[in-house]
Amino acid sequence: MELITLSAWDLSLAALLIVVLALLSFQMQLGLGRSIIIAALRTVIQLMLIGLILKLLFSTTHPGWMALVALVMLLAAGREVVVRQQRRFIGLKSFTLGTLSLFISTIVVTLLVLTVVISADPWYTPQYAIPLLGMMFGNTMNGIALGLDRLTQSAWQQRDVIEARLILGHPPQQAISDIRRDSIRSGMIPIINAMAVAGIVSLPGMMTGQILAGADPMTAVNYQILIMFMVTAGTGFGTLFAVALGSRHLFDKRERLRLDRLQKAVV
Amino acid sequence: MTSICNDALRHRSLYYIKIIGRDPLGHLHIENLVTRTLEPLNLTVAAGESVSLCGPSGCGKSLLLRAIADLDPHDGEVLLDEKACHTYRASEWRKRVGFLPAVSQWWRDSVGEHFSGDFDRQLLSTWFAALGFDESTLELPVATLSSGERQRLALLRLLVNQPQALLLDEPSAALDPENTRRVEALVADYRARSHCAAIWVSHDPKQRQRVASRHFVIKQGRLQQVEGEWN
Repeated sequence: MELITLSAWDLSLAALLIVVLALLSFQMQLGLGRSIIIAALRTVIQLMLIGLILKLLFSTTHPGWMALVALVMLLAAGREVVVRQQRRFIGLKSFTLGTLSLFISTIVVTLLVLTVVISADPWYTPQYAIPLLGMMFGNTMNGIALGLDRLTQSAWQQRDVIEARLILGHPPQQAISDIRRDSIRSGMIPIINAMAVAGIVSLPGMMTGQILAGADPMTAVNYQILIMFMVTAGTGFGTLFAVALGSRHLFDKRERLRLDRLQKAVV
Repeated sequence: MTSICNDALRHRSLYYIKIIGRDPLGHLHIENLVTRTLEPLNLTVAAGESVSLCGPSGCGKSLLLRAIADLDPHDGEVLLDEKACHTYRASEWRKRVGFLPAVSQWWRDSVGEHFSGDFDRQLLSTWFAALGFDESTLELPVATLSSGERQRLALLRLLVNQPQALLLDEPSAALDPENTRRVEALVADYRARSHCAAIWVSHDPKQRQRVASRHFVIKQGRLQQVEGEWN
């Protein structure tokens, strides 16, 4: 089956829809017109750039380049985790905490899948490694950001309850156990829901892409199942790890709740 | 009513022996303690003694109690029975130095879920009786309780840890006169039998006379002892 390529003309037609949407937003005074246009432009520019980079990378299979790409993805995702917190830890801690959790869960799961499950030759073949890493980082980042945001927000709002439990002699991790559980749940629920409705309510993007590109639907499905499991595991482990680290850092050695280690994000 | 609950306490006095046998005296010694609003502060409360503390709101009474319970970073040292705070694990320290904040917090549905650890059920039922409750109170949903009931139950929740020192921040602020007396009687009894030191914050001069033998006031960030009668 021949893949139908899209011309600049085809894309312009699709862009027209976005322009209409933006105009409508202006007219209804939704205040979204500017954001729509800017976001659309970003999509075009960012994707074009990554397309060029991927083209370049696919022509050279070198582990050094792969490592560099993974590093850039990691740092960008780590920054995104920080930006999404309404109350974040002061200083570098908010970045290192999220990034370390991202790193451990994503790298471990991706390496495992690349070497053991897919076993491409060599295992860092960019066609496999880059899309997998991208999907892993994207989803794990969501889970970690949601979990940490919930943790710090709830600790702030429920400081009196946490301290009441400390006062009664509960160790810190017991005093914050309810909040920790809720935070982990809110980090993991979106991906669990996505697994539950996959194929019924939504056709996952990767699978759809493969089918559009002419792959056999069963091959696409198998890949999608693999991705789903990977992403869920990565998100789950990453969220668990980040919330555990974060809830530890909310207390000091004398088991005091230290909300002065948090700052409100400047919007 | 007061005599009834005193009888109830006397009747169960046997159980207090366990407390005395369990641990040495609650002698509270505060040395050069510095909080955000107070100058370095020294205070010794002997085992079994109770001192009162007052001062305008915002003067730092609660911050002082928080620092003694090691809830805020602070300079200086607090010793219980000549052992310094930092030699205890903080959670262990807070079990021994029981702090009752002015407003009680409840995080589970029923009262009983807030009474943690392995406490003496019979001792608790004595205390329940002394404050006008019974054991079925443990089954009640917290949402149905009045603020006065919550305040009394918060005191009991603290006492089951069997602290050696008590830091009470207006423990009867939400109580009617009868329940105020009950709380005073229970604390006095606990203090006497378990040789526990107490710092009692109160805005009521008459209550300060009833519950404490020495009286302190915080003025301009300094702790001053008040001699003689209150006006």
